[in-house]
Amino acid sequence: MLPDEVTKFIGKSIGTVVCEVEKGAIKKFADAVDDPNPFYWDEKFAEKSRHGSIIAPPGFFGWPVKLPRGMTFQRPTDISDPPEVTENMRVALANDGYSRVVDGGIEYEFFQPVRAGDILTAKSIIKDIVGREGKTGKMAFVIIETAYHNQNKELAATSRATAIYR
Amino acid sequence: MAKQIFWEDVNVNDEVTPLPKIATTTMLVKWAGASGDFNPLHYDAAFAALQGVGSPIVHGALKRQWLVQLMTDWMGEQGTLKKFSCSYRAMDWPRKMATTATPEDGETWHCKGKVTKKYDEGGQHYVDCDIWIENGKGEVTTPGTATVILPGRG
Repeated sequence: MLPDEVTKFIGKSIGTVVCEVEKGAIKKFADAVDDPNPFYWDEKFAEKSRHGSIIAPPGFFGWPVKLPRGMTFQRPTDISDPPEVTENMRVALANDGYSRVVDGGIEYEFFQPVRAGDILTAKSIIKDIVGREGKTGKMAFVIIETAYHNQNKELAATSRATAIYR
Repeated sequence: MAKQIFWEDVNVNDEVTPLPKIATTTMLVKWAGASGDFNPLHYDAAFAALQGVGSPIVHGALKRQWLVQLMTDWMGEQGTLKKFSCSYRAMDWPRKMATTATPEDGETWHCKGKVTKKYDEGGQHYVDCDIWIENGKGEVTTPGTATVILPGRG
């Protein structure tokens, strides 16, 4: 059973982060995966295609416009605005004995392609925090849901990410 | 890219074209920069040892992107990735580099998938798949699912 100090964060908004999707960033991302898909690399091919432009690999949502210096995790879901919400949740978890965190996995649903030049607004909430017993001891699963809207106010994608605290 | 696959040509239990991948220490550095995940668990030997994982481990999200590529390669230019999920169930360790360009010999990971369902919805052709990554020993480290929309021949 997780204490109230932890579960009180359920439902809290982590805020909104505005990201820009740039061609160079798309190429660096695709290069890191070693993915030669011409949609990410070949402008002529991409422009002639049904997408009409270079698109991002599904799972890439650009970089925050207000990119904070020195942060070790720069996914939109790791930057909360105000920062206190995620920080305070982590402190509450640490106080209850959960000081390490690993990425547990993610679910995506895609509605529109993400194009080079798009401005995405990522809005996240702490959807749930669930206590579990594992082989190595107690764990807390923190579920963050994010909605990504583009500059045309279309919903581009949603994600549901699990962070496992132990 | 491979020849376009069409919905009519896909059957339940069909294999998604497997995608081999090799994680190297260099790839992990590139991924840290490209994704913004600078957790030293993935590049700092002393830190990783202190965390109890032996040596730096592959980022879960990098494995996620391999699986995304498994599906975007298979679905072709006309396909659309609609849904995707994966869990990072076991750790993977990258090959070290033998030269600036070439990794040492070591394991190759295999991204695989299998069609579980095909159906029409809202005027589009859907295919659901189970997807996973097998490490060099054939163990599944990253199971998941994916849904793609495929073009029809007609």
